Amino acid sequence: MDLQGFIHMGGYAQYVWPAYGLTALILVWNWWAARRSEAEALTAAQRRNELARERSS
Amino acid sequence: MSWTWFHKLASPPHAYRILGSLAPWFGWASLALILLATWWGLVKAPADYQQGDGFRILYVHAPSAWMSMFAYVVMAIAAGVGLIWRIKLAHAAAAACAPIGASFTFLALATGSIWGKPMWGTWWVWDARLTSELLLLFLYLGYMALRASFDDPQRADRASAVLALVGVINVPIIHYSVDWWTTLHQPASVTKFDKPSIQLAMLIPLFIMIAGFQLYFGWAVSRRLRGEILRRERNANWLREAS
Amino acid sequence: MTAVRTPTLAAAKLVFQRDMTLAWRRWDEVAQPLIFYVVVTTMFPLATTPDLSALRQIGGGVVWVAALLASLLALEALFRADVEDGTTEQWVLSGQPLGYLLLAKVAAHWVLTGLPLVIMSPIVGTGLGLPTSVWGVLMLSLLLGTGTLSILGGIGAALTVGVRRGSVLLSLLVLPLAMPLLIFGSRAVAMQMDGDSPAGPLQLLAAIFFMALSLGPLAMSAAIRISVEN
Repeated sequence: MDLQGFIHMGGYAQYVWPAYGLTALILVWNWWAARRSEAEALTAAQRRNELARERSS
Repeated sequence: MSWTWFHKLASPPHAYRILGSLAPWFGWASLALILLATWWGLVKAPADYQQGDGFRILYVHAPSAWMSMFAYVVMAIAAGVGLIWRIKLAHAAAAACAPIGASFTFLALATGSIWGKPMWGTWWVWDARLTSELLLLFLYLGYMALRASFDDPQRADRASAVLALVGVINVPIIHYSVDWWTTLHQPASVTKFDKPSIQLAMLIPLFIMIAGFQLYFGWAVSRRLRGEILRRERNANWLREAS
Repeated sequence: MTAVRTPTLAAAKLVFQRDMTLAWRRWDEVAQPLIFYVVVTTMFPLATTPDLSALRQIGGGVVWVAALLASLLALEALFRADVEDGTTEQWVLSGQPLGYLLLAKVAAHWVLTGLPLVIMSPIVGTGLGLPTSVWGVLMLSLLLGTGTLSILGGIGAALTVGVRRGSVLLSLLVLPLAMPLLIFGSRAVAMQMDGDSPAGPLQLLAAIFFMALSLGPLAMSAAIRISVEN
């Protein structure tokens, strides 16, 4: 399969590429959301630790 | 047989550490497999006799559909473990699975619909698989909505666990009923779509993609679960010592 | 002196009778789902066509959808009053098997809402062009379907007690689970109309009903305990 054929996808390009694009989007979104969820929880926990340390000192 | 490993796994600090070290392995392996499967499916695999290059959407549609059901079962098992043995970590795992599973369900529906347009001529067809996926999406959304409606985290955990268990019993019933419902009106084009001439060369990228998606699921659940642990273990001593 | 324990069946009967008596005093609340049922089935001809032969094609389905929605309307308040005034806690503490008491409550609810829908169904069905020949199948399918839905709705209602705007959430939770009922019920009516035997879907409806009857009380009591103990 040459580059032209790859992009053209036998005439089905307008279906194949959006499908794969949407897949990439969903995978990237879940990757980003999972990392963000963990990061937010981490900073919140660190903040709580600092407050606790300040209060006890 | 010693069950200590099981009890240790249920301990949040231990799980937090293990998930932290496992996640990168899951992540990189899944990336490699997904890229390999994408190349194989789009380039190396031969075109289908009936559907030409259009059938390549299978390589993202079928794994998404598979993962949507896999995630629901994992979620239900985790919820059941949490409910029966009162292990908070299990509830946290169930909560972590839900948004990932729902995304895969949405993706299965969207790619299925996109695939349907050139094959059946319409953007939507009430065939057994798409309809079942749609109902599965409703089940996921209901689960997440129920969780969100409680302020008390313990009630949220346990109520949504009951719902997940009731749902998982219903999933085979839903599948069967929808399948039966569509076989009464089986248009010829759908049958043609149902059984593309699948050779082994076309199946390999499918399996690689499924493996990639599974590892991706493992990575995403690990990261989300770590976040859940941090949120739930608010005042635990181990957290204070850790950072 | 030995303590006398009420037999479970007597306790369940008490719960059932209490609900019937309470409903008798507020019969307008009982009538509302029924009125909703008739109104919704009226909407379909108005929205599509007055032609009975066309309506007949989807008549069974419309009656079923309307019955499901009307049942759901009544379900949200199933446990609300009892949780608020502490009756549910008494049930949990009573030492009686909670599942039986909840099943009695669901049974009373079904007699007050589901059963009237079943009885009214030939009338609304006629309005949608359904022939007399399908009345039996229509009523039998709805009998099993509304019974199952009362149990499923009982689980949902037990889970969502006290939640703000719980009725919408309840519908979102229960309707996907009720879709198989809808498929088999309306299909039974359609098959009867086409001259085929509706035995298959009716048997499946019965199987689902008995499964709900055996597992439902378990889920309901777990859900009630969760709602009450927190």
